[in-house]
Amino acid sequence: MIREADAVTDRPVDVQAAASESRPSTWAYLWSVRRELWENRSIYLAPLATAGILLVGFCVGAARLPVGRRATLLLDPALQRARIERPYDFALGMIMLTTMLVWLFYCLDALYGERRDRSILFWKSLPVSDLTAVLSKATIPLAILPAVTFAVTGVTQVLILLTSTLVLRMNGLPAATEHQLPLIQLWGAMLYGLMAMTLWNAPIYGWLLLVSAWARRATLLWALVPPLSLVALEKIAFQTNYIFSFLRWRGVGWTMEAFASKPRGTLMIDPMNPIAPAKYLSSPGLWIGLLVAAAFLAATVRLRRHRAPL
Amino acid sequence: MTCIEARGLRKTFGATVAVDGVDLRVEEGRILGIIGPNGAGKSSMLHAILGLIAYEGRLEGLGLDPWARRDQLMRDVCFIADVAVLPRWMQVTQLLDYVAGVHPRFDRAKADHFLAPTGIRRASKVRELSKGMVIQLHLALVMAIDAKLLVLDEPTLGLDILVRKQFYDSLLNDYFDRSRTIVVTTHEVGEIQDVLTDVLFMNRGRIVLECSMDDFEARYTEVMVKPEQLAAARALQPIHERQVFGRSFLLFDRVDRNRLAALGEARTPSIAEVFVAVVGDPPGERLEIVR
Repeated sequence: MIREADAVTDRPVDVQAAASESRPSTWAYLWSVRRELWENRSIYLAPLATAGILLVGFCVGAARLPVGRRATLLLDPALQRARIERPYDFALGMIMLTTMLVWLFYCLDALYGERRDRSILFWKSLPVSDLTAVLSKATIPLAILPAVTFAVTGVTQVLILLTSTLVLRMNGLPAATEHQLPLIQLWGAMLYGLMAMTLWNAPIYGWLLLVSAWARRATLLWALVPPLSLVALEKIAFQTNYIFSFLRWRGVGWTMEAFASKPRGTLMIDPMNPIAPAKYLSSPGLWIGLLVAAAFLAATVRLRRHRAPL
Repeated sequence: MTCIEARGLRKTFGATVAVDGVDLRVEEGRILGIIGPNGAGKSSMLHAILGLIAYEGRLEGLGLDPWARRDQLMRDVCFIADVAVLPRWMQVTQLLDYVAGVHPRFDRAKADHFLAPTGIRRASKVRELSKGMVIQLHLALVMAIDAKLLVLDEPTLGLDILVRKQFYDSLLNDYFDRSRTIVVTTHEVGEIQDVLTDVLFMNRGRIVLECSMDDFEARYTEVMVKPEQLAAARALQPIHERQVFGRSFLLFDRVDRNRLAALGEARTPSIAEVFVAVVGDPPGERLEIVR
């Protein structure tokens, strides 16, 4: 059967096909990133929702703004800046917190969801390599989410500025000066801080993606239980906290490595704290972390290739 | 040109042997039906051909090693597994945009043409479509790709008979030509008997029969034997015998049809009947088939 013994000669290479095959694989990559945004609309909807709630809250509270501002203007100029900046820092903090949750849940579902609903069989029936697929998924935490955080926070801060200026003017008060509210400097610090955080946290995203490609269920548990059990084990066996300190350093170490001094209080990105790119770039933790992240991603590509749908 | 070539193809999952040393050669322009019970290794074999799973042995699809070069192979191969595979969250228009974006051989106008009569709205999400519509959508996507090999793994599972018929009709009328190759597995054997050019039976990871449909028709004869001829008919060594309403149907392999016609009413059996004879219904009494 199925043997047409005489028809074995190879066909000449199809010229048109060869031409269309030269289409760069960056196309597949860019379309796959776009596909991730279609699938995970929370990437931008969640920060937007937080921004909306912040703005509503700010508008409601704006009635008290003139009284507060009169008191603030009596203070020392340095304190004035801190006081006036507060809602802007708060907006950044809240939106960052939201995107961090999106970060976590996106990464944990990125390679798990497609196996669970078996759509991976469809994605794999298209000429998109596992490397391209994993890189497009890693692009969300490594580039898209910081960019979304920056853009949404920036717009929110502009709207806060406009609202407060309007309210202050209506009450015969001057708008915040460039010195009291150096918005451009704020944005510079935010952009730098977000980039520093993203690169520093890359191994965490890599780990989460790896777990999402590997786990058969309960990705959150698989991501958290191994490190937490190590912490507990060390505590019980040796009464020490080295692993915990290490994990904390991997999580928030960038706030110390990327800036000149420790940030104030709970602020992750403190605009008053001078940036220190040289210190950051010369930190071995950054480069080792990036190497580990690359190793995790390579393992993720391999897993996506080998793992069958659930 | 050879489309698929396997030598000693083997796939194990732990201690389970899914595909047990299969030799296979599928030439361009054929429509091959792979028939077998559940767990016979059909899907594993197809997944190996598609580069979805690793395997032992030698395997080439369109001259490429599927496991090493899946992304390249998929430019020329299309695959429909079953209706549940299209991403349910996706809008039809997003699906079309995405495939157009990543697939160099996809013709958007063709896909629109195939979708036009289906009544599938572009704004619908896949999860909002009926099972029948999902398979029509998937088929429209696949038929708009200028591929050399189309692999269908139970494509019409769980669909009603009208959609199944329509599926194979459009496949034959709008898609298939002699330069394409189709490999299909299905349990609805009867519906595709006229569609196939070749048939292959699999059981327990092995190929138990492979032949072209022309050979199949020449080889197998089923005779409704007259009671008085039964002993004479049995002497010709039928490969299977069954009783329906008190009448005996005997299935013969490579027995001269003129000779059989004397014993009763002779006709070409369905694939399903030969399958039962070759693979056997109760596992204990399996007849060994000589190829």
